[in-house]
Amino acid sequence: MLVGSQQKLQDDIRALVERHGRTRDALLPILQDLQAAQSCVPDFAMQVVADELGLHPAEVYGVVSFYAFLDHRPRGRFVMRLCRTISCELARTAPVARQLENELGIAFGETTRDGRFTLEWAACLGLCDQGPALLVNDRVYTKVTPDRVHAIVEDCRKVFGAHAAQPSAPSAPVHPAAHPQPALAAAKG
Amino acid sequence: MTVIDSRKTPLTFDSIAPGVGLAAALKLSRSDLIATVAASNLRGRGGAGFPTATKWNLAAAAKVSEGECKFVVCNADEGEPGTFKDRVLLTEYAPLVFEGMTIAARAIGATRGILYLRGEYVYLRPPLDAELARLRRAGALGRNIGALAGFDFDIEIRMGAGAYVCGEETALIESLEGQRGEPRNRPPFPVDTGFRDQPTVVNNVETLATVTAIFANGPEAFRALGSERSAGFKLFSVSGDCDAPGVYEFPLGLTLRELLEKVGGTNAKAVQVGGASGVCVPAKAFDRRLAFEDVATGGSIIVFGPHRDMLAVAKNFMEFFREESCGQCTPCREGNHKLLEGILMLERGECSTAYLRELCLLGETMQLASKCGLGQSSPNAFLSIVEHFPEEVLGRSFAAAGGER
Ligand SMILES: Cc1cc2nc3c(=O)[nH]c(=O)nc-3n(C[C@H](O)[C@H](O)[C@H](O)COP(=O)(O)O)c2cc1C
Ligand code: SF4
Ligand code: FES
Repeated sequence: MLVGSQQKLQDDIRALVERHGRTRDALLPILQDLQAAQSCVPDFAMQVVADELGLHPAEVYGVVSFYAFLDHRPRGRFVMRLCRTISCELARTAPVARQLENELGIAFGETTRDGRFTLEWAACLGLCDQGPALLVNDRVYTKVTPDRVHAIVEDCRKVFGAHAAQPSAPSAPVHPAAHPQPALAAAKG
Repeated sequence: MTVIDSRKTPLTFDSIAPGVGLAAALKLSRSDLIATVAASNLRGRGGAGFPTATKWNLAAAAKVSEGECKFVVCNADEGEPGTFKDRVLLTEYAPLVFEGMTIAARAIGATRGILYLRGEYVYLRPPLDAELARLRRAGALGRNIGALAGFDFDIEIRMGAGAYVCGEETALIESLEGQRGEPRNRPPFPVDTGFRDQPTVVNNVETLATVTAIFANGPEAFRALGSERSAGFKLFSVSGDCDAPGVYEFPLGLTLRELLEKVGGTNAKAVQVGGASGVCVPAKAFDRRLAFEDVATGGSIIVFGPHRDMLAVAKNFMEFFREESCGQCTPCREGNHKLLEGILMLERGECSTAYLRELCLLGETMQLASKCGLGQSSPNAFLSIVEHFPEEVLGRSFAAAGGER
């Protein structure tokens, strides 16, 4: 990593520590904000967080590796989480899963080369009466069918289009809801 | 924002104006307040059915360390497969949930409240934050709430990060403390040694909203509903093969058959009650009652139509548990793995009856030897499916499973 960007990350983390506090129970909120802003919690960030909170880096790693929503590997700007639990399975998740793979050209657990999309399985999303259920960052799609997958992906791509006009993507840690992405909405299928 | 409306019946919560329950509760002394909850016979709506007043009494009596305080935690981790009623409550009735937390705080003498919201519900956070801000402006949170000198209480939201086990109350507390979500040994219980080792009440979203309803309408009205040992109304999250999946309110104690009539699922061959950690009830037992004394449930009802492959159902559940086990203790970590492996063998038609019997014994060992509720209940679905659908589970041909030999 470039020294400049390391410095930037360090500053960002210090700002997060200021906001959430230096106590152990601030660890998860700090990591969650980092994940939202950086699309991952890189090794270097874990080291800095550990130093700031007076922990061993292995402890921070232990926490990052425990939670499904935290990752030390870079994830895409859009994380698409398809529910694979029973009620959605009964509503036919399988063809939706296949179409997502086809549309993005990746398998579950992978991220597109351009860093835009990550495809993941999720456990029950609490939308079991509306399955198949899909969570894209903080946006919910219900009763998803294979023929709707293309439009959902295009929804996300539009955000990149809108961003091309802005020279720099935001790098400061921000609350996930403040992330530029499709308006917060629950699309009812 | 398009609201995802899952409600299928009117809910008691519809008729309760915000503020009424809290106002009624704040007129009472702290001991009368808990006595009112006791008189309602309310039992926890998160699944285990622990009497709410008993929990509050223990936390009220527990001692706080110097410079610390007691906590009220609302468990909004709602990760049990097939439950979504807490999502509905947090979307449509958040004021009643926060009031319930405030009433609990008054009862036990807590000054801090935490809503632990699952990461999958991140889209609910902005409206919930807005509601908290509104309550602060209205004087329903903050200092001297309800003009009661010295009654200070505020609520913050903390997000989960995609771990089912964090719904278990001690794992939830570990998570709040910035640790891996690994359940603790109990005792000590959270009412005594909870968040930051201080007395902490952990209650389900629905339990807390129901508390507000009990103070608004009186404990007698609540106790008049339901059965002797399972008082009151309860929300049910219904999904799967039925005409009208969604959230329903019924008094506890109704039979599965009655429920299936209301949701349009009378031709079901089985119903999973209580989610992945619950049990599978076959059609011949649909006269069983949804109540703590019969089939206990946090309200997850998954309906399986006549055409469903029950082994595939068991497989989906075991995949869930293999993924979600925290890995801390051996019976659960290895057991779930072994059971899933066994299901794959059954699927391929490669499992002898003797081996199936061993798998069932392993399941029983897990129920006894696992450290927390996850491992203690994860074999339930498999065991009940093997018990009730042996003809579907055994004797599957290799070819039928798509295999070649
Ligand atoms: C693996 C596991 C997951 C759980 N998940 C939840 C949950 O998501 N929500 C919940 O309220 N209780 C959950 N519980 C139960 C809690 O441990 C606890 O009993 C409950 O929050 C108490 O609230 P109540 O008395 O109001 O029901 C879970 C228990 C286990 C063992
Ligand atoms: S039973 Fe499973 S989830 Fe619970 S502590 Fe043991 S390994 Fe963890
Ligand atoms: S089973 Fe898919 S959202 Fe619950």
